[in-house]
Amino acid sequence: MRIVKIAGLLILLAFAIAFPLLFPNPAITTVAVFTLMFAAAATAWNIFSGYTGYIALGHAAFFGTGAYVMAILCQDWHIPAGYAPFSLLPLGGLVAAIFAVPLGIIALRTRRHTFIVITIAFFFIFQLLAYNLRGLTNGSAGLSLPIPTWSGDFYNEPFYYITLAILLLALAVSWWVRNSKYGLGLLAIRDDEDRALGLGVKTGPSKLAAFVISAFFVGMLGALNAYFVEAIFPPFVFDPLYDVAIALMTFMGGLGTLAGPIIGALILEPTQQYFTLIYGENGWYLVIYGALFIVIILLLPRGIVPTISERWARWRASRSNMTEQVIVPVANGSSTGDNQAVRPLAETSEGVKEGNL
Amino acid sequence: MNILEVQNVSKAFGGIQALNTCSLTVEQGKITGLIGPNGSGKTTLFNVITGYERVDSGEVQFNGRRITNSSPDKVFAMGIGRTFQLTRIFPRLTVLENMHVAAQRHNLKGLLSRWSSSHEQRRAIELLDFVGITRLKDVPAANLSYGQKKLLEFAFILIAEPEVILLDEPAGGVNPTMINHIGARIRELNQQGVTFLVVEHNMEFVMKLCDTVNVMHRGTKIAEGPPEAVRENPDVLDAYLGG
Repeated sequence: MRIVKIAGLLILLAFAIAFPLLFPNPAITTVAVFTLMFAAAATAWNIFSGYTGYIALGHAAFFGTGAYVMAILCQDWHIPAGYAPFSLLPLGGLVAAIFAVPLGIIALRTRRHTFIVITIAFFFIFQLLAYNLRGLTNGSAGLSLPIPTWSGDFYNEPFYYITLAILLLALAVSWWVRNSKYGLGLLAIRDDEDRALGLGVKTGPSKLAAFVISAFFVGMLGALNAYFVEAIFPPFVFDPLYDVAIALMTFMGGLGTLAGPIIGALILEPTQQYFTLIYGENGWYLVIYGALFIVIILLLPRGIVPTISERWARWRASRSNMTEQVIVPVANGSSTGDNQAVRPLAETSEGVKEGNL
Repeated sequence: MNILEVQNVSKAFGGIQALNTCSLTVEQGKITGLIGPNGSGKTTLFNVITGYERVDSGEVQFNGRRITNSSPDKVFAMGIGRTFQLTRIFPRLTVLENMHVAAQRHNLKGLLSRWSSSHEQRRAIELLDFVGITRLKDVPAANLSYGQKKLLEFAFILIAEPEVILLDEPAGGVNPTMINHIGARIRELNQQGVTFLVVEHNMEFVMKLCDTVNVMHRGTKIAEGPPEAVRENPDVLDAYLGG
């Protein structure tokens, strides 16, 4: 079973690596780059919001910060076009992460709805600053970046592989967090924060660390996005829909799961791009996009991954029950009585409903 | 020796005096009972000891150290574990994951290690065996019955090996067989040296289990002594019957 799983993941990885060679059409690879960017952002967002249950709707502030760091540094440091700007990506992430520390300390004093509202407020402060700090951001006229020295059918490929690398890194961090004691503490915070604190979980620093980690990745993606689109403007890099998008992708795939954010991004981003292509900019695509979303929420309210894994478990349970029914009459006898006697008291007196498992 | 000492603690919520210069001692190695009518301040006292509420005045000492108004994680790390009246477990985590939440994280390296390969894993299974719910280890805790949740909450505080355990109504809302099971587990741990402070309304349970019993009424302690003596105390009868 484990070998099948690893083999499956390796095949997926090979497919992801070979994708630009299999589909070299720039129209397709452009969609692929945006999709991977959203998959990475949703994965990073999930490390904080999915595991702790604190829904942050202000990560576009970190995305925009990363984008402006990239644009400003390319200008001020006279970074030549080519592969050199890619080396600034970690700096974009780092600056976003540094901004995330005080924001996190303030916002994480609150919980639930208040927390969501405060993160949205932070986002709008950043957007306003991008419009108004003209000396730094050039206001609504925006900033332009160096234009990559490669072009044609090859144009998207460096971006594709760098985005894929960031996605894999975010996924590795997410996997490690999910399996570590630290991550278990985050999940405990999601379920009952005060109880977790009373069991020795350092809830404050744990939440802040997850917030900063997610901001780092989103900042890095903002920087990469800026170089990819070549020019940035306040409403596009500080876009409230960006927050809605990564949250919806994660909800759809499965909040707090490893694969969920990626699956959500793989479905929603190409769909959106496709509808934009077909219906142009007239906004009809938003109606279809919204309707699709409602349908999925109605059918899979907890997200794709949890729903499917539950149905899979139920199907396996029902199958093993069927085989048991065949075997039981033969194996029945004194052994059942012995089992009853040996069973710990808690199980016999309370009775577990196997069907619910 | 007194392992836990509460000295003249007062705590008000608005106009309600939940604790009124309340003092209480818990002797090391004993099972101390805490009874009293509803609203007499038993749970508030637990909250004050474990850092969930700040005191208005007074002091709490543990092993001779002042722990008044320490945060809950520090109190737990010092060796005081507690359960809640309405059990508080982590419903979306599996039973085994629940067990590891309270496993100590002394340093960064510990935090970054995988919980499932930690040295506590064997201990977690032992404790699940101890309370008898090992079979349910991979089940989400939300799917447990009320009694099983109580056992889980009891088991997961044990992983940190607390010196003192405060139990808030361990026998509340569970069937008689389960009550006996829980009582036997408490006694077994007590024989290994764990000190208990137990809030309970089930008098039979308290009388059988406890070495001494404290009675609270209107935010303060009105009686203390061996179970039989407390049962005959006129003040106690007054508090329960006269209001």
